[in-house]
Amino acid sequence: MFVLSGYEYLLGFLLVCSLVPLLALTASKLVRPSRRGPERRTTYESGMEPIGGAWIQFNIRYYMFALIFVIFDVETVFLYPWAVAFNQLGLLAFIEALIFVAILIVGLVYAWRKGALEWS
Amino acid sequence: MNSGIDVQEIFVRSLVDLGLPPGAAKAIWMPLPMLLMIIGATVGVLVTVWLERKISAAAQQRIGPEYIGPLGVLAPVADGLKLIFKEDVVPARSDPFLFTLGPVIVVIPVFLSYMIVPFGQNLVVTNVGMGVFLWIALSSVAPIGLLMSGYASNNKYSLLGGLRAAAQSISYEIPLALSVLAIAMMSNSLSTVDIVNQQSGYGVLGWNVWRQPVGFIIFWIAALAECERIPFDLPEAEEELVAGYQTEYSGMKFALFYLGAYVNLVLSALLVAVLYLGGWEFPIPLDIVANWLGVSEANPIFQIVTASLGITMTLLKAYFLVFLAILMRWTVPRVRIDQLLDLGWKFLLPISLVNLLLTAGLKLAFPAAFGG
Repeated sequence: MFVLSGYEYLLGFLLVCSLVPLLALTASKLVRPSRRGPERRTTYESGMEPIGGAWIQFNIRYYMFALIFVIFDVETVFLYPWAVAFNQLGLLAFIEALIFVAILIVGLVYAWRKGALEWS
Repeated sequence: MNSGIDVQEIFVRSLVDLGLPPGAAKAIWMPLPMLLMIIGATVGVLVTVWLERKISAAAQQRIGPEYIGPLGVLAPVADGLKLIFKEDVVPARSDPFLFTLGPVIVVIPVFLSYMIVPFGQNLVVTNVGMGVFLWIALSSVAPIGLLMSGYASNNKYSLLGGLRAAAQSISYEIPLALSVLAIAMMSNSLSTVDIVNQQSGYGVLGWNVWRQPVGFIIFWIAALAECERIPFDLPEAEEELVAGYQTEYSGMKFALFYLGAYVNLVLSALLVAVLYLGGWEFPIPLDIVANWLGVSEANPIFQIVTASLGITMTLLKAYFLVFLAILMRWTVPRVRIDQLLDLGWKFLLPISLVNLLLTAGLKLAFPAAFGG
């Protein structure tokens, strides 16, 4: 059953939840000490003088996983309505979903064989 | 069907009897369960931190926290107070706005997810039709915060930790969502209350863990990975990355990360209890107990007793899983990043797809046993 009610609580709860970090940070701001000094604000690098920054260009190896993630996440979202209404849809919907998932599995096997899932 | 106790109905009706309009009575009611849930979640974190320290100590044959309060139960409170009084160090080369926003974005969605955790038929902040789907959506917001704080720190360890956290959570989100999908299919609903109701009637034998054993294991592994618990604590692997994305954080901002991690652990345990272990249901069906005691299920005292026992059952199941997670911390070594990605993409993802299709097939073949 899908009923569009109770979502006013989502907004209310979001406001109440936002109060948690707000109150925590404000309370801390009122009581904590604050000392200023250039040395305590240096970046931590195992006790060494930091060499360069971290905002540089480098090869992020996870981007391939991120691409595959997008495909499978969208697939999962498509499957949710199918799963919830499955008891009214019957055999035909099952075969359709089977074809849909099979296409994606072919895609996964392709990515796998191409080495997109390898950490090298 | 036992409809259970409805506190909201009683509260609103008694205010209307006092002469308030029904809208105002409902508005007065609205924040109460939310505040209760947030306070409950925070107390749950304190209990979990204490349990973690005590059980870890027992696993290593130490005593653990002992002096602050009886058996050291107040040690987590002392930790929290200490963090409030700590100085807030923001690195000079960081992006101060994103540096503050990161922990805030991590902590809000995990608290917000408590909205859909039911402790009884009507003991839930709101029973929305979206239910578990809302939780899946919210759980994918937290990695944005982790990535943000990793980037904003302008520290190499933080950046690598943040990237790992994001990669790990996207890798395990799909198996997680697919195993929830199989549950949703069996319940014909996404509402957590409906999911528990579908498991009722046969006591311990009706719980989803018997019909979804593979899904249960996938969900538990993926939930541990989403919580960054050992063996999946790569984003903050001490030996490699100092503390990952938390390296530059101190004081209350660090406390928010800490709070978020433990709230997420308890939340995942609660959701495993709700989705697979029958939620607030008893191991013995309720109508058998009522018959045996010779009381009607509509008896108000019986209803109050079952409601409080239902809350206890949910918490017992969840804390048993938290206990398992803590024991696992001292049993299993940490996996490597390539092993972690392999496990997620080459093992859990195909298995959870097969599990989903198998559930669909079994539902067609045996509609009665798989939710009709």
